[in-house]
Amino acid sequence: MNDAVEVKTLIIDEQEVSARRGQTILEVARENGIQIPTLCSLDGLSSVGACRMCLVEIKGSNKLLPACVATVYEGMEVTTNSERLQKYRRNILELLFAERNHICSVCVSNGHCELQTLGQQHGLTHVRLPYRNPDLHVDASHERFTVDHNRCVLCTRCVRVCAEIEGAHIWDVKGRGIDSIVITDLNQPWGESACTRCGKCVQVCPTGALFDKSKVGADHPKYPDFLPFLNMMREAQ
Amino acid sequence: MSKLKLATVWLDGCSGCHMSILDMDERLLAIAEVVDIVYSPIVDTKDYPDAVDIALVEGAVASVDDERKIRKIRAHTKLLVAMGDCAITGNVPSMRNPIGPQAILDRAYIENASAQPQIPCVVVPQLLRVVRPIHEFVKVDVFLPGCPPSADTFHAALTALATGVPLDIPALTRFGA
Amino acid sequence: MNIEELEQIAESVRLENSRYDFEVNVCMDLACMSQGSDRLRDELVKAAEASGKKVLVRRTGCMGPCSSGPLVRVDPEETLYHHVKAGDAEAIVSSLGGDPVPALQCDLNEHFDKQVRVVLENAGHIDPEKIDDYIARDGYKALLTALTEMTPNGVVHRITESGLRGRGGGGYPTGLKWGTVAKAGGDLKYVVCNGDEGDPGAFMDRSVMEGDPHRIIEGMAIAAYGVGASKGFIYVRAEYPIAVSRLTTALREARRRGLLGNGICGTTFNFDVEIRLGAGAFVCGEETALLASIEGRRGTPRPRPPYPAVSGLWGKPTLINNVETYANVAPIVRNGGKWFFNMGSERSKGTKVFALTGRITHTGLIEVPLGIKLWEIIDVIGGGVPGGHTLKAVQTGGPSGGCIPAEMLGLGVSYDALMAAGSIMGSGGMIVMDDTSCMVNVARFFIEFCMTESCGKCIPCRAGTAQMYTLLTRICEGQGTMDDLDLLVELCDTVKNASLCGLGQTAPNPVLSTLKYFRNEYIEHIVHKRCPAGVCNIQAPVEVLA
Ligand SMILES: Cc1cc2nc3c(=O)[nH]c(=O)nc-3n(C[C@H](O)[C@H](O)[C@H](O)COP(=O)(O)O)c2cc1C
Ligand code: SF4
Ligand code: SF4
Ligand code: FES
Ligand code: FES
Repeated sequence: MNDAVEVKTLIIDEQEVSARRGQTILEVARENGIQIPTLCSLDGLSSVGACRMCLVEIKGSNKLLPACVATVYEGMEVTTNSERLQKYRRNILELLFAERNHICSVCVSNGHCELQTLGQQHGLTHVRLPYRNPDLHVDASHERFTVDHNRCVLCTRCVRVCAEIEGAHIWDVKGRGIDSIVITDLNQPWGESACTRCGKCVQVCPTGALFDKSKVGADHPKYPDFLPFLNMMREAQ
Repeated sequence: MSKLKLATVWLDGCSGCHMSILDMDERLLAIAEVVDIVYSPIVDTKDYPDAVDIALVEGAVASVDDERKIRKIRAHTKLLVAMGDCAITGNVPSMRNPIGPQAILDRAYIENASAQPQIPCVVVPQLLRVVRPIHEFVKVDVFLPGCPPSADTFHAALTALATGVPLDIPALTRFGA
Repeated sequence: MNIEELEQIAESVRLENSRYDFEVNVCMDLACMSQGSDRLRDELVKAAEASGKKVLVRRTGCMGPCSSGPLVRVDPEETLYHHVKAGDAEAIVSSLGGDPVPALQCDLNEHFDKQVRVVLENAGHIDPEKIDDYIARDGYKALLTALTEMTPNGVVHRITESGLRGRGGGGYPTGLKWGTVAKAGGDLKYVVCNGDEGDPGAFMDRSVMEGDPHRIIEGMAIAAYGVGASKGFIYVRAEYPIAVSRLTTALREARRRGLLGNGICGTTFNFDVEIRLGAGAFVCGEETALLASIEGRRGTPRPRPPYPAVSGLWGKPTLINNVETYANVAPIVRNGGKWFFNMGSERSKGTKVFALTGRITHTGLIEVPLGIKLWEIIDVIGGGVPGGHTLKAVQTGGPSGGCIPAEMLGLGVSYDALMAAGSIMGSGGMIVMDDTSCMVNVARFFIEFCMTESCGKCIPCRAGTAQMYTLLTRICEGQGTMDDLDLLVELCDTVKNASLCGLGQTAPNPVLSTLKYFRNEYIEHIVHKRCPAGVCNIQAPVEVLA
């Protein structure tokens, strides 16, 4: 295949951009300073297209595509921020806030939470849906970390980072639908699992669901940016 | 121009929102130029007045008493402002929802009582099964999230509401702010 | 094995059968069996032996009108007996050669006359555990013809020409799908048969797997030849143990006859099939979830593209079709694409099997040419609504479908017409509802199904269906408000358009279609706190606190 075919030109939000074959819409948009909201996707991990925050419209198709997964093609016309998309994103955020017990005021991640920030960015001042108030537990059996299921959005970043980067695959998802929950090992307490204590899951968790015990009640920003660098170093080897 | 009638109400919350209002400090004087506080925990009025222009409601609806109050307030208020996360999301008071009111009452009045453990049946209003935000009971006009919303947020919001200029709330505050 | 040998087997079966004067076919599929048709068969065998008459007692798959079971058909007279008890065996056997037993006879001519049987052509006529029975009815002829007389392209072309569309719900043109897999590169490709059948009330695929398993194997083998695959998987839910055992037997028999394995029919074509059991998750019928499940991973869908045709099982091009789709393949190859194309309506060709259930006289399995009017199915084939009740709606497409109101019975049943009416063809569930059904409650039932069957991967479906269920419950209980209704409609829009897979994307259909045609019932619940059908238990309104 010659190089010309490897380069695609497309339009994102009325802006002409070029891309390499195989790039996702999200990558290309970011390279060109166009912001598409994301939650489950994280630079350095595989994409699963689960949260649906990054859905974009493609001209000529009535199907919305997740920008974090969908790859570009020649002549594609992408709209990332229509009123309809914004409405869906707000609805998704409302669904998340109502799904579990996100009490921002008493969360270690208050002020550093991706869910909270997305809510603010999308003008969410209240949730119209009834809160579900599920009875969920907090597993503090690990000597260094805690998982608080009340704040989990099931993005599966922890599952992916543990399996794909750390290679331990301690995390997975149990149950179906609204009863889904992340588990360690075969649903053993985290502290009794084969966890390597690397803490990567804590750093990639977008909310206060996974946190470092030494940070309880304190400012707990997370630093997931190590991932792309780690991958770069590994590839260089 | 006559002054706007302002009420502030305290349902199931920690009074932090009211503290934050007081934190406006000297700016309260400027606010007082345009509003009269006709009902509030900080003024001595027993009954909710008939015609209130703006009501700031702190706290979630947690008891039959709260529910009765919020319906009455709505009926007599032009502009209802849900102030703070408790009023808007249920917040900390709603943390009892997954386990129910009985567990809370037992813990407070039985397990932790040193003498005569018993759950009071007078004075303390009956708790609702779940604590819910006020907009699940009545129509709310403005939502001011925050725990508590800062004094600056209150100042900007009250000024805008009193003068009728548009208000960009997400730029001022958020859940947990 | 070659065509001549196949003919010989068929001939010997015919010869064997001609030794009998009578054939007594006993339905031994689930509905009839649950009413004791296995004991009935034993009694018939005993009675036949005692009578000294030349009687062949044969167990068969589902004959169709299950609500009349246990069913027995006596050939060559084609006398049909219904509600037959084990104690009736003697009477039936002694009547052979004379007048039929009037007390047991049933007249289902109208029921059968409107039907056209392609997929179910062998149902009720063969013993599903005997490969020779299948061969005697032209079985495996299509495969051998394809292998010896047609090119793979020719096979794909014939399917394309037939106009066959996927019977698993989506209605995707089968020929187009085969062509895509055929063109995909790589030396390793797979064909997969989707026998997950998770729709509540649907049992079309089960009946085919149980009643005529070789038809599926033959269809898959032809498909494999057409697309260049060498390995197949049949994914069956473990709740279908009879289907699994019949398929296992069928695979063993087909291997024994050299119809599966290496160098089939003396050609260079190699193909074999494995069975994989599903654990009964509705979402595992979704193709990408199904493939993940076959690979041994958690059965959750993934975004498409890439489609399985390009990257499926273990990243290889994979053809996935429904049981009924494969069941249509052999007759199409045998009779030609044109033959199939000439049946059905403009853009929906051939026949479709439906599982007719609910408030209707004859429940069971039917096969009709597409384009047939809905009233013909309900009133003629189904025998109408019993008990003096009136028809209210017909629900098609299972939890992904919608309700079509009684006023629209003139609708021709096709993919496009059902879609335009706000429902879908789906895999073939058809539930008839009369005036005793509350449409809000019906919508709630299906949303509850989707809520519990959601895989939980994407937020709109996972949390959206749960919220829709809460709102619908409120409405059913008389606690709903008009704001709740608006919120419900908004959620429908989000869940439909933002969900990852077909489960979420179609979950709102039952709500949307009932809102479209029965909005007044919602209003009655909300405004007047009344359930018109008297189904919902609405408490007297709680006194509003002063
Ligand atoms: C939630 C869901 C469940 C499905 N269940 C089935 C099923 O049980 N059987 C089936 O054949 N197809 C099912 N499908 C459709 C399959 O994804 C796929 O389209 C089909 O197997 C393709 O075969 P066809 O082209 O022959 O219809 C389901 C789809 C979805 C979204
Ligand atoms: S624990 Fe955190 S990283 Fe893991 S799924 Fe939940 S929100 Fe995502
Ligand atoms: S739509 Fe439902 S079933 Fe499909 S991926 Fe999303 S959560 Fe899973
Ligand atoms: S970021 Fe793309 S679906 Fe979650
Ligand atoms: S099971 Fe016997 S007719 Fe269907």
